[in-house]
Amino acid sequence: MSSGIALQAIDLVKHFSTGSSGVLGRATNIVQAVDGVSFTLPTGKTLGIVGESGCGKSTLARLVTRLINPSTGSVILDGVDITTMSGKSLREMRRKLQMIFQDPYSSLNPRHSIGQIIGDPMRIQGIVSKTNEKAEVQELMQRVGLNPEHYNRYPHEFSGGQRQRIGIARALSLRPSVIVADEPVSALDVSIQAQILNLLENLQKDLGLSYVFIAHDLSVVRHIADQVAVMYLGKIVEVGDAATLYSSPAHPYTKALMSAVPVANPSLRNSDKRIRLVGDVPSPIDPPSGCRFRTRCWKATDLCAAVEPLLQPDATGRAVACHFPEAGPVSIG
Amino acid sequence: MSNEVVLSVRNLSVVFHTPDGDVVAVNDVSFDLRSGETLGIVGESGSGKSVTASSILRLNNSSTASTTGSILVSGVDVLSADESEVRRIRGSEVAMIFQDPLSALNPYYTVGKQIAEAYLVHHPEASKADARKVTLEMLKKVGIPNPEKRIDEFPHQFSGGMRQRIVIAIALINNPKVLIADEPTTALDVTVQAQILDLMKDLQVEFNMAIVLITHDLGVIAEAALDVLVMYGGRIVERSTVEALFSEPTHPYAWGLLGAVNSLESSGRGALVTIAGSPPSLIALPPGCSFNPRCSYSSDICRTEIPLLRAVGTQGSVAACHLPEGDILSLGRKAASR
Amino acid sequence: MFMFIVRRIFFAVLLLLAVSFFTYMLFAMLPSDPAALTCGKNCKPDVIAANRIRLGYDKSLMEQYWLFLKGIFAGRDYGTGAAAFSCGAPSLGYSFGQHECVTTLIAQTFPVTAYLSIGAFVLWMLIGISSGAVAALHKGKWQDRAASIFTSIGVSLPTFYIGLLVLFSVVIWLQILPFPSYESPFVNFPTFLRTMILPWLVLAVLSAASYTRLTRNGMLEAMNEDFVRLGVAKGLTTRIILRRYVMRQALVPIVTIAGLDFAGLLGGAIITESVFSLPGMGKMSIRAVVESDLPVLVGTTMVAAVFIVLANVLVDIAYGYLDPRVRVK
Repeated sequence: MSSGIALQAIDLVKHFSTGSSGVLGRATNIVQAVDGVSFTLPTGKTLGIVGESGCGKSTLARLVTRLINPSTGSVILDGVDITTMSGKSLREMRRKLQMIFQDPYSSLNPRHSIGQIIGDPMRIQGIVSKTNEKAEVQELMQRVGLNPEHYNRYPHEFSGGQRQRIGIARALSLRPSVIVADEPVSALDVSIQAQILNLLENLQKDLGLSYVFIAHDLSVVRHIADQVAVMYLGKIVEVGDAATLYSSPAHPYTKALMSAVPVANPSLRNSDKRIRLVGDVPSPIDPPSGCRFRTRCWKATDLCAAVEPLLQPDATGRAVACHFPEAGPVSIG
Repeated sequence: MSNEVVLSVRNLSVVFHTPDGDVVAVNDVSFDLRSGETLGIVGESGSGKSVTASSILRLNNSSTASTTGSILVSGVDVLSADESEVRRIRGSEVAMIFQDPLSALNPYYTVGKQIAEAYLVHHPEASKADARKVTLEMLKKVGIPNPEKRIDEFPHQFSGGMRQRIVIAIALINNPKVLIADEPTTALDVTVQAQILDLMKDLQVEFNMAIVLITHDLGVIAEAALDVLVMYGGRIVERSTVEALFSEPTHPYAWGLLGAVNSLESSGRGALVTIAGSPPSLIALPPGCSFNPRCSYSSDICRTEIPLLRAVGTQGSVAACHLPEGDILSLGRKAASR
Repeated sequence: MFMFIVRRIFFAVLLLLAVSFFTYMLFAMLPSDPAALTCGKNCKPDVIAANRIRLGYDKSLMEQYWLFLKGIFAGRDYGTGAAAFSCGAPSLGYSFGQHECVTTLIAQTFPVTAYLSIGAFVLWMLIGISSGAVAALHKGKWQDRAASIFTSIGVSLPTFYIGLLVLFSVVIWLQILPFPSYESPFVNFPTFLRTMILPWLVLAVLSAASYTRLTRNGMLEAMNEDFVRLGVAKGLTTRIILRRYVMRQALVPIVTIAGLDFAGLLGGAIITESVFSLPGMGKMSIRAVVESDLPVLVGTTMVAAVFIVLANVLVDIAYGYLDPRVRVK
């Protein structure tokens, strides 16, 4: 049993092959979706993972929950290596580690009532008996802010925010200790986002949950996370506690990411402190040599092309994968 | 450069006739747009902002929607003009860009052909070679690298940001007076969003264009808009300059939005400010002010009488709220403080 | 792209080989004795035995199959001495009932099937696509309802029923056309037309129905797409939008399915040919079934298989051409 580490990823790698060549179809075009990612999630805390499209964060979420299998690397859940589990032990593992998905419109089976959606996992895993299933489900519904009398209703009868609450209730139904949330509020209106985030934070406090929270919205992650990891093209480029990372980002990509977010304050418009990245994200099939960010980095040198900078944690747990990390606070917003 | 009015919308209402009943998607919306300026329209789902946008070019399906009011562009009322007149305006005087650049482009033709098509339909005397030349210039202007090669490629061969640039190229190829941008950056990554907003600003200056910018993101509004309309339940609930919106908002819904965004952006970990409840169903709008079920300040009159837009404060703001002016201003300032 | 085609053809050949093997084996294992058919009712056992040897049916199944396969490329010799004869390549065997090389029989009957298929195909595409387009453009109105009634009828009614009904009403009752009596278009074109018009129409109307539905749904889906909205917002005329945006998208799956349907028809529209007495491959197959003329059945099955496999390869290639997103790099 480990002391206070809920979830750990060690050197996770996932390569997908697309395309094939030759008469017999050998695999070419390997997409290096996740290329050597490690992180540690302390019990009761939230690790936020931010990045843009193609950085591998969604693949990482599926690797960690064993919805897909890593090419190499391992996942440790509460001290137990779950990477190669299968059959009964995998099913038992699922009680401890659950997932919330992004799209409230496609992640619920439209032909099941919400009573079924929330109750089925509990009943199948034997956590409740048939007789007290309904009571348990209704208690969960109340906990996530749904009206228990809507037990027999179907997903299409609910709004986006309510459906996401159903998804949260479903994740909670197995009484997990760790929840991986893949962009849980991205598809929701701003006023509803705030409600769901408050709910997630309250649940964490009440139930002692640990979260891996994946999002592309920096403000959302800053609010809810204790620690934040920034991903780019399949690798973590910076990780550290949320407050420090946001006030003084060390990796040039993190800095650019933060300065790109439009702040709700018109007087900060046209501030020339804003960094504008040039060009597009390179293809994950053929990432740049050395540091993957160098093609868009204003500081890139020959060293960056030749040697890949490694993620070295310092004494405070902060780590940056850069040969020339930034220093000092970012004075924007 | 004169600051003339290029688009004038008066009493626009759009009703969709569905099997479940009539949906009043847009209810009595009026605004003016001047050349070179950006008007932001902010609202959440069901606010009517997208339907307003698509009405300007008469894109709503006439068999299911009844559109009333007037939309004046260059002296022509789009809503009552002939189909041929409207077609003349579409893509030349008024152009539109949509949210999802992947689905907005025809996947079966090269991007060069699609941009040239937009040019040729309004310049029928031009040759294909002319059109290609103009297309290449436009691709350079919107920042597509290596345009001579990429002009003959298909949309799926471009990234999201590049595709949005192509959509912008199509919209601007005929130098329109008005650009309607319906959530142009919502589907894009944050760094790409910043690039696209910058591009739009540069092109606005170069073409002296007016922009109607529709979004749910207050940050984008703060970044790009001059004046702002806040929509809720199909109506305009507030109109103000962008500075006034963020310093002294004049409607409880705007206070809620601003509060949610500000508490999110602050570094504190406390509970976020929320707006209770959910956006209203447009088939069954609450009586009186449609925001009243979610409003912390509602009173009896709010449940019976729909508030009309009236001037509030000294910054030129207009709000649809029954609260007395003094209360509005003090509550607004409080909501805006960080 | 080239490697893609090479690969598809390679697997197609393998597939045809497998089809030939299973077809041959299946027919060879049937309990009828092909040699017994060679000389009619009053056959003496030693004549049958002699014929059996002559035609190679005394050899093992695998050997027979191997000879059959070899025959496709190199022609095949039967018998010895004075009674010897051969079927030139591509030899698909020899039919006893008809005393003729199967390949020759197919060469005689296939053109009829081909004319029937091509005519029906053209008609059904025209009827199907245009009625589907009308239905889509007038969604919810009477044209749409009429089209869906047409679709339901076409999909539910069996060919033989409609074929016989049409034959009866047009030829016997109303006497508008004479009894169908096939003649080659190069010999007697007017008779050819008068014979083919009814089977063409019957096949076309019945097959068009599913294309009506395909076209209607494909067009309605396309009309809801964002890029069609953008096309309208560009100021394009309705005609251009229908052609370059809506139809361009709707036709992609239609073209590919049509290719496969057409290939299936080339294998022999058995029922239609029988009802209208057309001497095509389908009618020949029916006769071969009744007479247990196995070589003919093997031959026609192989021909049908070749068309279907070929059509699949062509359709795959065509799809990449029609939809740029699918193109193999």
